[in-house]
Amino acid sequence: MTGTGPDPAFLAVRGITKRFGGLVAVNDATLDVAEGSITGLIGPNGAGKTTLFAVIAGFEKPTAGIVMLEGEQITGRRPHDLARIGLARTFQIVQPFAGLTVRENIAVGAFLREAKRSAAMAAAEQVAHRVGLADQLDKPAAALTVAGRKRLEVARALATRPKLLLLDEVLAGLNPSEIRDIVPVVRAIRDDGVTVLMIEHVMQAVMNLCETVHVLAQGRIICSGTPAEVVSAPAVVEAYLGQGAAKRLQGAANA
Amino acid sequence: MTPRDLVPIIAFGVVVVAAALLVTSNVALNFLVFTMIIALAAQGWNLLGGYGGQFSFGHAAFFGTGAYLTAILQLRFGMGAYPAFAAGIAGAALVGLAIGALAFRSGLKGSYFALVTLAFAEVFRVLANAAEITGGAAGILIRLEVNPANFQFADRGTFLMVAGSLVTLALLATLALERSRLGAQLVAVRENEAAAQALGVDVLAVKLRAITLSAGMTGAAGGLYAQYFLYLDANIAYGTWISVEALLAPIVGGAGTVFGPVLGAVILHGLAEATKSVAGRIPGIDLVVFGIVLILVVRFPPRDIPGLLRRWRR
Repeated sequence: MTGTGPDPAFLAVRGITKRFGGLVAVNDATLDVAEGSITGLIGPNGAGKTTLFAVIAGFEKPTAGIVMLEGEQITGRRPHDLARIGLARTFQIVQPFAGLTVRENIAVGAFLREAKRSAAMAAAEQVAHRVGLADQLDKPAAALTVAGRKRLEVARALATRPKLLLLDEVLAGLNPSEIRDIVPVVRAIRDDGVTVLMIEHVMQAVMNLCETVHVLAQGRIICSGTPAEVVSAPAVVEAYLGQGAAKRLQGAANA
Repeated sequence: MTPRDLVPIIAFGVVVVAAALLVTSNVALNFLVFTMIIALAAQGWNLLGGYGGQFSFGHAAFFGTGAYLTAILQLRFGMGAYPAFAAGIAGAALVGLAIGALAFRSGLKGSYFALVTLAFAEVFRVLANAAEITGGAAGILIRLEVNPANFQFADRGTFLMVAGSLVTLALLATLALERSRLGAQLVAVRENEAAAQALGVDVLAVKLRAITLSAGMTGAAGGLYAQYFLYLDANIAYGTWISVEALLAPIVGGAGTVFGPVLGAVILHGLAEATKSVAGRIPGIDLVVFGIVLILVVRFPPRDIPGLLRRWRR
């Protein structure tokens, strides 16, 4: 970041700090997401990943720091405003509109860009095809399996036609074959021109999908790089396995 | 909206008109007109409570405002009955917007919202009971001048036709809302506010629109009441009874459905009348029936009465 020109990054998070009373959930986090990329955000439980997402998506106001999308300051803007300018998120704990059908659920997202019901419903069907929910359109959302609900989260967010999609652990709780099914869906979303920032614990998928990974631990970004770089970084190993773990592993490997 | 969706509503309109033409008993006509007024008030509640999930316990505030404005504008300001009725609807809608702005802006939900609306209705009741312009505790009489131009009719059948037409219009408006973007967003707010926000729904704006429409519709019921009975006092116009009626009917008949409020109003008042005729003059017996029905509905929530019927048929 040099001079006064616009930040080159598509999404630029700069020095975000979020305190809840005495607890510092996110501490001076800075990261970039390149346009058209799939970028990962990983870290141990309680590292502050979801809080950082909430700040980016406007659900929490940061204590300090700024968020910029395409060079425009979006810090602290309300979630529905952000959805309008093209930032969509999913929830780690899925939040379906339980009383509605899958089609109606997705249509709520589609209504952001379509004023007419018929157009919104058509858009919803189209999105359902993209995420593999086409055969469940008329099911009540409450009747979906966990995997189905995760797909529904993605579908609704996609229906708002975002530029940037924040995925919060869409693979968590899925079995390996379900994960294998959904990985290409995420890749196809990116290939359609949507930039993806994903929180994920399933490393196999992170290694597979992400070009860049940021690691958050105890509220700080401790490492950024390609997936291969990140998983071998001592700081990252220690964040997951405890202080001194990197050295011990090194020692064990050399012995 | 396809023609097929309109069939039940048109059928309803035809039934009401037929009843208005065929029924001659004044008791029966009275019952039907009163049920229509309740159905209209309840449909208003349904827009906000049924579709939007914001349970108001104070729709009397809107009913009373519609009723008082209709009466006062004619009596004290010499306005025609129909303009006064329209102004009553607009005034009720404005009161709705104002209460909504205060309650929703401060993020009140659930029972807190219910309590605040109840408090507003009570404040209106106390004020109307004391103010001079409302006739105070003595109430207010609309001058009896039977003439269709004065929104007063020689026979109850004609009034039933007018009331039934207004309910039919309310049904059409509800169906249109259900099929609109606002309707979808309103239901999304009811089901999950955070998720709705994430999908670009401006939750505050949606709630404010809903409470404005809701209040206007319930205000129309108030104006209708004023024109039918030609008498109001604070306990009628702003009394808790109408807040309870307005929410009980949709809950019994199916909240968040087009026909729920009408169905609920017919069931509740049908039951109440039937009990009165069977049990004779035990005071308050109709309220006992309401209470029993409410307990049953809360204990065994049918998604709506059609849902219950389907369950029985199996």
